[in-house]
Amino acid sequence: MNEAGTTLKPASRQFGDRVFRWLTLAMALAIFVLVALIGSELALGARLSMHQFGWHFLVSNDWDPVNDFYGALPFIFGTLVSSAIALVIAVPISIATAVYLTELAPQWLRQPLVIFIELLAAVPSVILGLWGIFVMVPWLHIHLFPWLRTTLGFLPFFQGTDYGPCMLAAGIIVAIMIIPIITSVAREILRSVPGLQREAAYALGATRWEVTRIAVLSYAKKGLFGAVILGLGRALGETMAVTMVIGNAPQIVASLFKPGYTLASVIANEFNEATGQLYPSALFELGLVLLGVTVVVNIFAQLLLKTFAGPAVKPQH
Amino acid sequence: MQSLTFVCALLVVLPLVMVFYHLLREGFSSLNWNFFTQLPKAVGEKGGGMANAIVGTFILLIQAALLGVPVGVLGGIYLSEYGGTKLNWWIRFAADILNGVPSITWGIVVYALMVIPMHGSSALAGGVVLGMMMIPLVMRTTEEVLQLVPAGYREAAYALGIAKWKTIVKIVLRTAMKGIVTGVLLALARVAGETAPLLFTALGNLGWTHHLTEPIAAIPLQIFNYAISPYDDWHRQAWAGAFVLLMLVLAVNVGVRFLTRDRLAKPNSRTL
Repeated sequence: MNEAGTTLKPASRQFGDRVFRWLTLAMALAIFVLVALIGSELALGARLSMHQFGWHFLVSNDWDPVNDFYGALPFIFGTLVSSAIALVIAVPISIATAVYLTELAPQWLRQPLVIFIELLAAVPSVILGLWGIFVMVPWLHIHLFPWLRTTLGFLPFFQGTDYGPCMLAAGIIVAIMIIPIITSVAREILRSVPGLQREAAYALGATRWEVTRIAVLSYAKKGLFGAVILGLGRALGETMAVTMVIGNAPQIVASLFKPGYTLASVIANEFNEATGQLYPSALFELGLVLLGVTVVVNIFAQLLLKTFAGPAVKPQH
Repeated sequence: MQSLTFVCALLVVLPLVMVFYHLLREGFSSLNWNFFTQLPKAVGEKGGGMANAIVGTFILLIQAALLGVPVGVLGGIYLSEYGGTKLNWWIRFAADILNGVPSITWGIVVYALMVIPMHGSSALAGGVVLGMMMIPLVMRTTEEVLQLVPAGYREAAYALGIAKWKTIVKIVLRTAMKGIVTGVLLALARVAGETAPLLFTALGNLGWTHHLTEPIAAIPLQIFNYAISPYDDWHRQAWAGAFVLLMLVLAVNVGVRFLTRDRLAKPNSRTL
């Protein structure tokens, strides 16, 4: 260190500093290059389809490669419905688990559980998909679906026969994938709630449940909402596991026992076989729609998380 | 109330336990020496392995690291050590948004960027797409661990008259090296399991890849192709592949936990 300091003349030191600064700046700006690349390449690829179908693309129900006519509605529907199912399942479980981890669990159990949940987040999508096809879907088909049909069959969502792969199966597998994300972000949010907040509620004679509900949960509402929206962003773009269990049929039906199709999975399945000019372009446009939706959702999530308690939500491991 | 939240925690843990159980039962029993040393067999023939996909995954990861690590680490240095708050806020924000871009989208972007101009899928395109996905991940974790280096270290170096860039390279980076390596390893583990972006870029290959301009096999691609095939023997191969892939990913995730038990070396897991 000493030698480095004494052998360098001020001029060369300034030069070295300048070079290093510009080099690192250029690499940091690569982020913007990536953003520009994603936007421009997708828009360029989708140009033909946008020109051909205009806004009608978004509301048209037909996906007909044979006659070269394309509409995105069944895929938008499938993406929204599978994500909605996932949220309905994942949100209560994740928030409750985060509460358990920060407020209620015995100390010795917290760390192992957190590690377990982080490991679940690391399981690749394709592996969950494989497990989904061969283990989860057959189990749902034999056990859960018949039970839902008999108990909740008066609702249009749970009517009709199923062949295994379906919208509900996709929603469940997506829920499994986003639960660790929502749980770990929600846990960080809850940990950032000041201890004083809890103590004040205890001092007023609140029970443990009241403290959690009033002092912790309602204080952290905004951050928790951010965690949920972050999970939604992941759910919308989830590809492999969904493709493997959703059944891949572009249709809009009320029954969750019927196959569906999502934006991400139709791209995954059909892009390599898309011939001609218009077909790949329509798939690019689906990609553009997916990008637009996920970016908007993620911006919303990041703003919620960033404005909630600011840097306090940063890691405190 | 307490028991209800406990049941929820159990529900969260259950899928991982089930996935482990089935991977052990189906995957481990399908593993044998051939799996690691042989090429995939033609349809209908029993046996064969995934040697090419295992090598392919490592080749893809090396390429991804060559692109993602320098850009990510140097960019992370800028975010932590230089820059105005406003520009840095935007870079950070854009990186967080990029981390949320669906992986399939990266796949078609690199398809348009490389596969169309090069007239075909290639190992190179597969490496680039994974490398691009690593950039925001590595940049954010690098920045976070650099910020954990106490300001006193930098000030001490300045007091000795050492140039800022030398201080960063020789003192700050060295202090945070473990954490940066951890961030890189976790990012590699994350992209190692990516399938969607490779579907149109690396494409997959039933044989060996002799040149980076040829399509290349990868473990997750092979798992997917085998899983959706109608053949029992291929399903067994898919389970075996999944077992190997999960062990690889979990080994890294568990391994870095032992590496980084001190606070200085632990990047935020949320950005991953």
